[in-house]
Parts: sequence; C-alpha cells; structure tokens
Amino acid sequence: MFLDSLAMIALAYIFGFLYYGLYRNISARVHGRFGPSLAQSFFDSIKLFLKENSTNFGWMFYAGPIIMMIGAITTLLFIPYLNGSEHLVGLSQYGNLILVLYLMVLEPLGNAMGIGSNGNPFGVMGITRGLTRLIGLELPFYIAAIGLMIANHSADIGVIMTNQSEGYNAFTHPLLFIGAFISFLGFMGKSPFDVVGAPQEVYSGPATEFSGKFFAIALSQSAIFSFAKLLLMVNLFLGGAQSLVELVAKTFVLFLVAVLVGNVYARFTTAQSVEFLVRVPTGIALVGLLFV
Amino acid sequence: MPENTQEGFIDQQKVLDNEEYSIKNTQSIIQKAVDWFRARSMFVLAYGTGCGAIEMPPIFTSRYDIERLGVVGVATPRQADILIVSGYCSYKTLKRVIRSYEQMNEPKYVIGLGSCTINGGMYWDSYNTIKKLDEYLPVDMYINGCMPRPEALIEGFVKLQDNIRNAKSEAGYIQYRENNAFYRANQEKIFGKNTTPTFEENFAGMNQ
Repeated sequence: MFLDSLAMIALAYIFGFLYYGLYRNISARVHGRFGPSLAQSFFDSIKLFLKENSTNFGWMFYAGPIIMMIGAITTLLFIPYLNGSEHLVGLSQYGNLILVLYLMVLEPLGNAMGIGSNGNPFGVMGITRGLTRLIGLELPFYIAAIGLMIANHSADIGVIMTNQSEGYNAFTHPLLFIGAFISFLGFMGKSPFDVVGAPQEVYSGPATEFSGKFFAIALSQSAIFSFAKLLLMVNLFLGGAQSLVELVAKTFVLFLVAVLVGNVYARFTTAQSVEFLVRVPTGIALVGLLFV
Repeated sequence: MPENTQEGFIDQQKVLDNEEYSIKNTQSIIQKAVDWFRARSMFVLAYGTGCGAIEMPPIFTSRYDIERLGVVGVATPRQADILIVSGYCSYKTLKRVIRSYEQMNEPKYVIGLGSCTINGGMYWDSYNTIKKLDEYLPVDMYINGCMPRPEALIEGFVKLQDNIRNAKSEAGYIQYRENNAFYRANQEKIFGKNTTPTFEENFAGMNQ
C-alpha cells in the first residue's frame, strides 16, 4: 500500500505540473504567443527548491505550506485513480466522499494559518478573499455530492464510480453536474473566480510572503491538489477510468474546459463571485437534488 | 594595457573575449544541473526605476514573448531572481533599489538596462543621479543603448542565462557578500546615516 500511495503522489505531481505547463501554453496561444515549454513549471519548482529562505515569521508561518501539502496529499490518497482496479487505490477503501470533502478544506485553512502569522497585508487580503469565496464554492459542490450519495445509497466514491456503468452521472443527473462543475471551475482557481491571487489587485495574494523552498512546496501542493480535484470530478460524474490513458483523456478534457473558460471570462469581484455561486450553481444543484 | 581610444576599446574587448582569460567551468555535474535549472527559470521583480521601465512591459507581450525563455514577472522581491535597474537611478530611487535587492533571496542577479547605469548616460552631470551602478550594486549584465530596444533586453537575458549555465563569470551576489564593505562605503557616501541597516543591525532590532 505504501508503494501504491507513493505512485499516486508521484503521478499527481507529474500530471499536475504537466497540466499547469499546458495551462500556460494554451493561455499563451490564446494571447497569440508561443508560451514556455511544457515542463517550465517543473523547472520553476526545482529552482525554487534550490533558493534560500530569508524571512522568518516563526514556526506557524512555516507550518502553513506543510499543512497545505498534507491536505493535498491526504485528499488525493482517499480518491481511487481507476475504476475497479486493485492498483492506485491508496487509502480509498478506508474513506468516503464525506471525508474527501472535509479534507479539501484543509488546504485553504493551512494557507490561512501560514499567511495569518506573517502579517503581509496583500497575503491577508488574498486569504480573506479565498475563504469568502470558499463559502460560495462549497454550497453547490456539497449539494451535488449529497444528491449523488442519495441516488447511489452510498458515500463510497468507488461505489458511485462503478454504478455509472450504464450512464455517466453527468448525463443521468445533469443539473447536479452543472452545479458541481461551476463550483469546480472556482476550485481550480481560474477566471472568473480567481479573486484569491488576482495579480492586478493583491499582487501574488497569499503567496506574497512565501519564498524559496516554502514557495516551492506551495506550488507543488497546488499541482497535486488540482489533479486531485480533476480526479474527483472524473470519478463522481464521468464514470471514472478503466486505464491511465482513459484517466488522462478525461481529466484533460475537464482541464481544457476550465482553462478555456478562464481565458475567456473576466474576473468577478469577491462579492460578485459569492453572489453568483450562491444564486446560479446552488440553485441549479438544488433543483437537481429535487429530481434525484 | 591598451589606451582609451576606440582602437584601445576594441583591443580590450578582444582581451575579454579571449578564452584564456575567461573563468573555466570546472563544476561538478550536480552544480551544472543546478545552474541549468537556475538559468532556465528566471523571475523578474516588477520594479522600474527610470525611463527604461517602458521597455520592459513589451517583452512580456505577444510580440516578444519572453516567457518562452522561462522569464516571468513576480510582484514580490521574496520570489524574484532578477532585478532590472532600468535606466537612470536617482539617489532617492537607489535607496529603494538597494532595499529591494537586499530583500531578494540568493541566487539573485542584476541587469543594468541602458547607458545611464554604465556611465550616467545623458545624466552624466546630474546632481542627483548615480553615474556607475556597479559602485552600489553588483551588476551581472549590462545592456547599453539609450534606450535599448526590447530585442536588446531579450539578448541580455539570453547572455545572462548563458553566463549562469556555463558559470562564465562569478555571480554578483557573491561579490556583494564578499566585498560588502566596498559597496556599503559607496552607499554611505550618498546616504550618510540614512543607509539601509546592515544584517547585524537588523538582527539587533528584531531581538529588542
């Protein structure tokens, strides 16, 4: 099980950075540029691991990125990679969807803990925006998850995944899927919901005060965490995957939609994004819940 | 030593270009790999000092697209590798430049953009701008011109990457650390008592 878990983390790390490289490349093409190489984000993270740390704000500041990393890895380990396979399952037999939803909140909380102790106004502003947005993001996603749990009479991700053999949940419960998908776009941190690290407003946002190795940890956890979120969406709504190739294809399609939506739409303000998320996707998901 | 005539400068350039005089790359494989990653990924501090700052935004646009080379802008000195001193630097600005530079984490590099950073340029007789940036901060790459085009800036980046990758010259931050007394003495000539605090002074302030 240890090797299995290690392989899951390694795959998420590689695919997370590859997808982030693709995000930069696709955005560059949308802008009419060529963009960096696919592995550029990986180079950035290695370089940051080789840089020194200079600022010291006490142990709570350093614990922040580590808790974020723990949140990302534990979330990942409780989501099975493949449908009906013995490999790449991690700890998923011991946990369920409720636990995963709970662990997904650990990342912003760890972030808030680290940022809160450094006192940088831009960081505090960024994380306040992030936690405010989180309220809006969680409502539709939780409602969609509750709908799926009721429909499948189970909170086990593996059961929800295998029950989709006759039709994906995205088609049998379309309203739940739309609600969860809009929320997922926000979880990916792209426009129009990128209020947290909005470059023209709060500079680097929560990452402003992180440097060197701790910034590299924050970058790596965001790569792993975004792959975990893609994986969760594929498992819940797109029937999981029989093989790694199918998994990459399905996660890539989801990722591509998120990137293209992010490139097309302008940014909501914090109040607008919460208002939109509470009204539109939550409303859609609630209507979907009635049909379950 | 060649004289300071045009021919003399050309002779000096030949001496500099001669491989016998350049630093040999005698690093271990690990150090070479580390340098390769450092050259491949450069975060530029978004800070403009003089009129040259207007030449920096175009390199990030679709026309020049410096992100191809792994160069991106960052908003905070904590994460930055490169400080571009873009053009003339008044005494007032120099203080902020030094503070930003000292907040950056090693390894860090300085690019002097424009003639003003080399010899004062058109501000050669100004009472409140510095003439030679190298006296106050270690410069890793000069790009001459008034103003240099964005292409020149890109070439400067490429050459700096080559220098880092092949360890062609000693990095400026090491010189700043080792010859700190020289740089601080020059800074104190301008600022007097208002010079930025040394590491020890900062540390003493934190303990109080």
